[in-house]
Amino acid sequence: MIHATRSLVVAAAIVLASGCSGEMKGSASDGSKSASSSGVDLTGAGATFPNPVYTAWIHAYDSVAGVKINYQSIGSGGGIRQMQEQTVDFGATDGPMTPDEMSKAKGGPIMHFPTVLGADVIIYNVPSVTQPLKLTGPVIADVYLGKITKWNDTRIATLNAGANLPASDIIVVRRSDGSGTTFIFTDYLSTVSPEWEKTVGRGKDVKWPVGIGAKGNEGVAGQVKQTPGSIGYTELAYARQNKLQYAHVRNAAGRFIEPSIASTSAAAAAAKLPPDTDYRVSIVNAVGPDAYPIASFTWLLVYQNQPDAVKGRKLKEFMRWFYANGEKAATALDYGPLPGNLSQRLIARLDSIQVGGTK
Amino acid sequence: MSADGSAAATTAAASSDRTDGRSLGERIVGSSVGDRAYVAIITGFAVCVPLLLAFIFIEVLLAGWPALQTFGFGFLTSATWDPVHRQFGAGPAIFGTIVTSIIALIIATPLALGVAVFLSEYAPAWMRQPVGFLVDLLAAIPSVVYGLWGIFVLIPVMREHVMPFLRDTLGLGATPFFTGPMYGNSVLAASVILAIMVLPYISAVSREVLLAVPRSQREAALALGATRWEMIQKAVLPYARSGIIGGVILGLGRALGETMAVTMLIGNSHEVSASLFAPGYTMASLIANEFAEASDDLHLSALMAVGFVLLVVTLIVNAIARWLVWRVARGPKGAP
Repeated sequence: MIHATRSLVVAAAIVLASGCSGEMKGSASDGSKSASSSGVDLTGAGATFPNPVYTAWIHAYDSVAGVKINYQSIGSGGGIRQMQEQTVDFGATDGPMTPDEMSKAKGGPIMHFPTVLGADVIIYNVPSVTQPLKLTGPVIADVYLGKITKWNDTRIATLNAGANLPASDIIVVRRSDGSGTTFIFTDYLSTVSPEWEKTVGRGKDVKWPVGIGAKGNEGVAGQVKQTPGSIGYTELAYARQNKLQYAHVRNAAGRFIEPSIASTSAAAAAAKLPPDTDYRVSIVNAVGPDAYPIASFTWLLVYQNQPDAVKGRKLKEFMRWFYANGEKAATALDYGPLPGNLSQRLIARLDSIQVGGTK
Repeated sequence: MSADGSAAATTAAASSDRTDGRSLGERIVGSSVGDRAYVAIITGFAVCVPLLLAFIFIEVLLAGWPALQTFGFGFLTSATWDPVHRQFGAGPAIFGTIVTSIIALIIATPLALGVAVFLSEYAPAWMRQPVGFLVDLLAAIPSVVYGLWGIFVLIPVMREHVMPFLRDTLGLGATPFFTGPMYGNSVLAASVILAIMVLPYISAVSREVLLAVPRSQREAALALGATRWEMIQKAVLPYARSGIIGGVILGLGRALGETMAVTMLIGNSHEVSASLFAPGYTMASLIANEFAEASDDLHLSALMAVGFVLLVVTLIVNAIARWLVWRVARGPKGAP
């Protein structure tokens, strides 16, 4: 059911993406389409979270440039593993590779390229509360640590003056499966709560102090929808497409921010990146005044030294294309597009991918 | 049919033996080349399966070895599963797997047996086929569909009606097994969905076994003045005992390995609680939940080790069950 809605949106986004790049169509498609009509040109594997937007880009790019790309959304862990073993041409992950993982890659240095932004929203089921709840990072952390157990706890009540908060227990719902959504969430809680960082930490799976685990965004959302008094987190795209009620969260500048595509992109715009960055940075609790605090990049993984010159060039061209033309498809699918200046920087960075000994 | 054919060929060979001058022995040796090839081929097939099992066993053990070596026996008992700090213990998952499977069998066996007895002994002929078909159909429903049904129908019913009924109306809240907050997602909910899933296996096997009980067995009991119920209880069920237990084992195998529906209903929490209202975990769910995103070597190894433990637990449970069947099958078959 959920996947059906998602794929409809994907289809719509494909139309959008191919439409917006229509001017390229005439020039690029005729020549190259016949050359690569048989088989697959590039293979990639990894994160499931950005799969809808990657699929949309891949379809649109196929119609524009005639390049067939096969992306398998097997999970970030699998993507990293396949990259290390060089069984795919590119990987994708929701959490950056650790230095240890990068050192095990058989093909040499790996570069991280952010593609879109994702955000986590805090969903809840408190029928008596009509206005969006306002929450802060430390309060969310203490709820998930089991230290705040009632909805009418003074720390929640002071943030939501006038809200009719019940005296009932807070039922904590979290993901049971390893996921990038959990990585963003625990990364944020580790950033804002020293106790969370010390006792639980950040990861795609963690040792949850309290709560019941549900599988997938749909599992968490289904659980929260049906359980009065519950709280959970899902990715922004999922919450928007399913019209869930979600909390406003206080950012580093002290403002309560509604999660949206714009406020997610604002989190990336505020990030300070040195010129030679590999973009393996966390942008949770970003400093910008309009930045939503629970946001993250998702990355493509690319070998700096491409072993196959033909594939390497095709991969670079694909990346150049989606950095220039992919924004509409991303927005249509409720992903935060990269800020314009960042896309420009990343297009320039494509030059540092070595193809067949030359740049 | 092929047996008849070869017998006929042998007879033909024997009768033609005197006319063409070839001895009977030659002909048999000649045809036995085919026989031997046939035996070799089917032996190969038969050996393939245990070999495959052995390879799976070795492969999973090797992959899980680093974790088993790191945590030792504690891997089986520890309740800490912390991928961030690389501490892994499968205690709650082992506990949850066994508890949910046993409760599922406790719920499903009487129901399935009732269905089977009704269909084989009481149901009018026009009812037998359609009802039997519908029960069998339960086995054809994909487990993710059971899971979704569980989330949207079973869980709310459990939370709002069944759990309060068990705890307050029946007064079972006084025991440690039905206490604590009622989230819905729980060991109990997972057991109930498992019970529904294993029911068709047990009932289908039991029905066939009951139908296979000879007519004379029934008639003898009736002739001795038994009522219909006494006939079923004293002559039919004991006769079918080992077959019924076989059906229960089939159901148990299914319950131990079931993944998707359980994952969606059990609450996926690494805890060992006496209360059936508490969330829990099973080994199959743990692997399904974490395998895709596990990138750390020790984490992956720990998941493989869980797979190995699941294999071993399944083997042990099956061995015990087979021993039970053997015990029962040796016992008296008729009325005591």
